[in-house]
Amino acid sequence: MFKKTSRFLAALATAAVLGAGVSGASAQEDTIKVGILHSLSGTMAISETTLKDTMLFLIDEQNKKGGLLGKKLEAVVVDPASDWPLFAEKARELISVDKVSAVFGCWTSVSRKSVLPVFKELNSILFYPVQYEGEESERNVFYTGAAPNQQAIPAVDYLMNEEGVQRWVLAGTDYVYPRTTNKILEAYLKAKGVAAEDIMINYTPFGHSDWQTIVSDIKAFGSAGKKTAVVSTINGDANVPFYKELANQGIKAEDIPVVAFSVGEEELAGIDTGPLVGHLAAWNYFESVDTPENADFIAKWKAYIKNDKRVTNDPMEAHYIGFNMWVKAVEKAGTTDPDAVIDALVGVSVPNLTGGYSAMMPNHHITKPVLIGEIQADGQFDVVWNTPGLVVGDEWSDFLPDSKDLISDWRAPLSCGNFNVATGKCGGS
Amino acid sequence: MTRFGAFLTVLLAALVLLAAVPRSEAAEIRPLVDALGKGGYSELDAAIGALAATGDPAAANVLQALGDGTLQVRKSDGAVFIVRETGGSFTLVDPVTGAEAGTESRGGLERIRVNNRVRRTIAAAMGSLTLMSPEISQRRAAVETIFRSGDPTQLPLLDEAIARESDPAVKQAMVEARASAVLKSDRPEADKIAAVDTLRTRGGQDALALLTAASGTATGALKAAIDEAIGTIEGTLRLWQGAQNIWYGLSLGSVLLLAAIGLAITFGVMGVINMAHGEMVMIGAYTTFVVQEFIRTSAPWLFDWSLAIALPLAFLVAGAVGVAIERGVIRFLYGRPLETLLATWGLSLILQQGVRTIFGPTNRQVGNPSWMSGSFQIGELAITYNRMWIIVFALAVFAILILVLRYTPFGLQMRAVTQNRPMASSMGIRTPWVDAFTFGLGSGIAGIAGVALSQVDNVSPDLGQSYIIDSFMVVVFGGVGNLWGTLVGALTLGVANKFIEPFAGAVLGKILVLVFIILFIQKRPRGLFALKGRAVEA
Repeated sequence: MFKKTSRFLAALATAAVLGAGVSGASAQEDTIKVGILHSLSGTMAISETTLKDTMLFLIDEQNKKGGLLGKKLEAVVVDPASDWPLFAEKARELISVDKVSAVFGCWTSVSRKSVLPVFKELNSILFYPVQYEGEESERNVFYTGAAPNQQAIPAVDYLMNEEGVQRWVLAGTDYVYPRTTNKILEAYLKAKGVAAEDIMINYTPFGHSDWQTIVSDIKAFGSAGKKTAVVSTINGDANVPFYKELANQGIKAEDIPVVAFSVGEEELAGIDTGPLVGHLAAWNYFESVDTPENADFIAKWKAYIKNDKRVTNDPMEAHYIGFNMWVKAVEKAGTTDPDAVIDALVGVSVPNLTGGYSAMMPNHHITKPVLIGEIQADGQFDVVWNTPGLVVGDEWSDFLPDSKDLISDWRAPLSCGNFNVATGKCGGS
Repeated sequence: MTRFGAFLTVLLAALVLLAAVPRSEAAEIRPLVDALGKGGYSELDAAIGALAATGDPAAANVLQALGDGTLQVRKSDGAVFIVRETGGSFTLVDPVTGAEAGTESRGGLERIRVNNRVRRTIAAAMGSLTLMSPEISQRRAAVETIFRSGDPTQLPLLDEAIARESDPAVKQAMVEARASAVLKSDRPEADKIAAVDTLRTRGGQDALALLTAASGTATGALKAAIDEAIGTIEGTLRLWQGAQNIWYGLSLGSVLLLAAIGLAITFGVMGVINMAHGEMVMIGAYTTFVVQEFIRTSAPWLFDWSLAIALPLAFLVAGAVGVAIERGVIRFLYGRPLETLLATWGLSLILQQGVRTIFGPTNRQVGNPSWMSGSFQIGELAITYNRMWIIVFALAVFAILILVLRYTPFGLQMRAVTQNRPMASSMGIRTPWVDAFTFGLGSGIAGIAGVALSQVDNVSPDLGQSYIIDSFMVVVFGGVGNLWGTLVGALTLGVANKFIEPFAGAVLGKILVLVFIILFIQKRPRGLFALKGRAVEA
């Protein structure tokens, strides 16, 4: 019985590979393929499905304009199912079987780390649209989300200067992004003269749902006579019960504001935001930003998805910027060959949705404005502060001893992602 | 229609009242009101202060509107109005006189934005403006904000208010607010020590915050008094902390109990390893969502009853799915635990993806009815209504289940079949149907657990997954086949978790509880309340 099944499976697999190979070969002549690597099932589906739709929307728009280099674009969608090793397998499939010219995808840092070796080995291009912890710069990856200095540090500055916060709770989900971000923030706060006993760090597992103890701890920590704020790197589903508990225990934004780095319009869609008015989020884009580009984008998006209630958010804008940069670079290079496109991408500048231009820097990060928004009763954010100009993404944090000497510049002749200015060598600390 | 009539009456009354206000005063605050619409947050802050300083009762209305976000600037001349939106048209209301001042298009208006700092200033200003309001609830709110801000400039006002106050509770609150202001003022030391004494008697985290802040700058006898008061309050708070841990533990335990109680039947009583149990919880939660969605669109006044309506429906829907699973899959697999495990796990994936396809991958909003929102205070213990009702609900479900098993014919048949199948069959019991309905009962109870969990957790396709491990843990720990064991197991694990969490953190706390259970199972493989006798072998 077992043998039969395995033989059947093998036959099935061969058939699938053959089928994919045939369709790939026949389609290659007249289209340029774009890979979309976002989870459509599992825990991350809640956030990543929207990004898959965004990419299909952007490709559709581009095709309406006549495609690229005289060819139509064709999307290849795969589902890595929130399973980190499967991300690597699916990336390999996209590059070597489907022969895509570039891949747009990943959300969590662990999924990005999982596909990195594949992109290096097969020399392809990945656009990564989510805010992340930094401490990385790879030749094959373009980071269109925020680095810590484009989100976390300005948010802390805002709380310190505008709200006069002296006591800090750093609360996060227990994985690499919150841990690294909090390490950077802790070093930054200490450099600003905050005492160790005025910083409380707390980690919770993915999907944590019982926040009673932690919220009442925060309340107690906030009653030391100094203005207190919570910096939240809590990710995914756990945010909903966290905010519900805050509201139920009556913690108001006027008393203890919470500034979040992973809560956007999409996440708020599942909560009644009435009791949360005034809590903050730091992003590089909000749906409420009032510019003609943004109004146009929202209108087209709602028409494409055929749903008036769908919101837009920051990672969607990151894909919008990344996709347009890729299109421009391919036009500049006149080919989709990865080496030519990687070289052409640096220096490309495209309009973002907040009324300015974003440019790809030599460290493969982009320039962005930083916005701080307050949650409103309708689930949108009201921008209360923004940086006067654009901020360049800083891949190696200046506040961590291991990385403060490192820089990244992928232009010739340096062509190095971790050049150490102290030792003058490429290859980290 | 009657509502509109009432509105008109109120408006007229307001107009009459306002007409009585001397003209000069209205003219005086008008420029101050218009100043609200100019400049950024800092200018807005200053303008609120200037407006509040007039002490004009009309200023309170203006500030209230500012806080509510209905105060807008007319772009053409910079005049500030309260704007009412009715069906797409925007009616301007003069904030000082309350008179209507025509309409304006959306584009011609700009809302005055407020941030947290401005909201705090508004609250403080409202505090001083409404301290002597005839409404007791407004006075109470006013005193609360003054207590927290502790603004020494409010002292003369507070003294006057205390002299006029008739309600003893509000008067006491005013005395405490006065103490908080005295502590920050430059009054003599003896006054301040008296204030510290008042705050010590009040106790609580708010008083502790004020005292800790004051301790930094105090010297001599005052510092000694403050430090002693801090010690006393902290001692009391520590006692309350213990009570709080127990309460939180019971609350977590009741959530575990709800999730596990259905499993205690399917796994504990029937011996079926049902990995799709969590998905029954999810189906219950989605049923609640559908019910609420229906109520929102066609019968909004029923919203507070939405959970009561969802309960039987969730039981029926999840129960029906359970019966279908038993009839369609599980009955062919009795006695083959490994295959049951794999089959039900596959089913759980199918159900998840099915829900994801129908409802989408994003979270669905399930609202809390008004009686499940907010919290109340017992001493220093904040009890949230949703948690309290879930504890009550979990115990009620448990009690009903025990009664059903003990005193109904179906319960009797169920126990007979699980204890000795051939004998029960010989007595004329249709064992396959009893199996199906038992499985349906377990699934149905998981469904109503989903109704309760939709109030504290996300309603997403993954809802069930996060509870399946915990549920098995509770059932195995409590003793397979014993419902009382499930009750004690759930509550024990909940309380233990909450006592470990403050020291070890949420992540390590969970690990420690798991390690504890593993060790416990080594010692007592059949759990807390092991079944004895021949039933064990069946």
